[in-house]
Amino acid sequence: MRIVIAKPGLDGHDRGAKVVARALRDAGHEVIYTGLRRTPEQIVRTVIDEDADMLGISSLSGAHAFLFPRICQLLVEAGCIDVTVFGGGIIPVDERPILFDSGMRAIFGPGTKMQEMSEFVGAVISRVSSNQPVGVGEGGDWVWSSGE
Amino acid sequence: MGTGYGLAESERLPKTIFEQAISGNRRSLAKLLTAVENGEVSHELLGISPRVVDGSVIGVTGAPGVGKSCLIERLLSTWTSDGLKIAVIAVDPSSPLTGGALLGDRIRMESADNNPNVFVRSFATRNQPGGMPNAVVLAADVMRHCDYDIVLIETVGAGQSEIRIVSVADRIVLVEAPLRGDEVQAEKAGVVELADMIVVNKSDLEGSDRAAANIISALEVTSNPPPILLTSAKTAVGIEDLAVQLRTLPAKPGAELARARERLLTAWDSALLSRKDINEVLDGLASSENSAQEWVEKNLRW
Repeated sequence: MRIVIAKPGLDGHDRGAKVVARALRDAGHEVIYTGLRRTPEQIVRTVIDEDADMLGISSLSGAHAFLFPRICQLLVEAGCIDVTVFGGGIIPVDERPILFDSGMRAIFGPGTKMQEMSEFVGAVISRVSSNQPVGVGEGGDWVWSSGE
Repeated sequence: MGTGYGLAESERLPKTIFEQAISGNRRSLAKLLTAVENGEVSHELLGISPRVVDGSVIGVTGAPGVGKSCLIERLLSTWTSDGLKIAVIAVDPSSPLTGGALLGDRIRMESADNNPNVFVRSFATRNQPGGMPNAVVLAADVMRHCDYDIVLIETVGAGQSEIRIVSVADRIVLVEAPLRGDEVQAEKAGVVELADMIVVNKSDLEGSDRAAANIISALEVTSNPPPILLTSAKTAVGIEDLAVQLRTLPAKPGAELARARERLLTAWDSALLSRKDINEVLDGLASSENSAQEWVEKNLRW
């Protein structure tokens, strides 16, 4: 899989994003890391130009409620409905449904095991190959829950 | 993955995607490049002939940390403000064990995310010999057909394997930096001899004049030394000059045989590695059933 890992907004905490990027690389994926402080428009452009299958976005600044849905909306507008979007960082549980509603398929909080990330990517791959909705604009109500 | 799910059948045909890419659709170009990278399309399938060498595909090579990505960013902003469209292929290594890769060259190329006249695509080496994916040749040709005036190829930052860039680029720019030691110059001998231009970057650092002088004195003994420029990607000193000279840079005379040799090796490697039975062959070699030398002599004689 080609996976873009991005840090939207003004948040400078990228340890988590870098660890995830590295773990996904070690799981055999091609990972493109955008660097810090990207706008939603820049992130979507990277996803398009790099023809990514998945986009992982990380936020620890509390701006996820605006930035994450905005990125999902821009992806859909650009026709990238088949890209799977997942997120990570400090995302309170009661704020997650609105992110899932915008098309995200997984949110990973602190303490997530890399094993779980790998299982999530595996689940996405098997859904793509069986033509089940898993992209940001493909609808359906599937979201990742650990232990699946 | 990522080459067609969500698109109608007719839109998945490479020829159709190519036409959309030529008309300026970035997403189609990106999807086509994925197909190129996966070896799913060829010049023939797209209905184009291999490009004639004209100096528009430029390889940027050099050791890790000399400033290749930052230098490319400077060139992108200079050339696009002159009205040119530029594409970049940024090559980073794949893990030989897992096949995974971390592609980070765009981080230093601000234009990659902002400038409408720039298209940057990251390529993993996918363990092809010489650190240069064979697909880069077709990828560069496709980009030129999509109206990109210049294609820059940034190689992995490595040592002698970098010579493989001569098989895919029309011109080679070798980037050096001061404070890299004398042994390093010797190690780079192969590339130094094939480079059409040598850039000593980080001229804002002390010692850059001496680094340039060292290279010049090393090259004085060879015939036809390439032009050597001092630049600083940090302060932009020398960038204008580099941008102008690169547009009309002549190929270094005398390197034709070496280039032909690298092209042949690239084609040969590619033919070998795309054999249908390659995995069985590798399994056999890994379990020491036979030696690589024996296998080659038995199977690749002509």
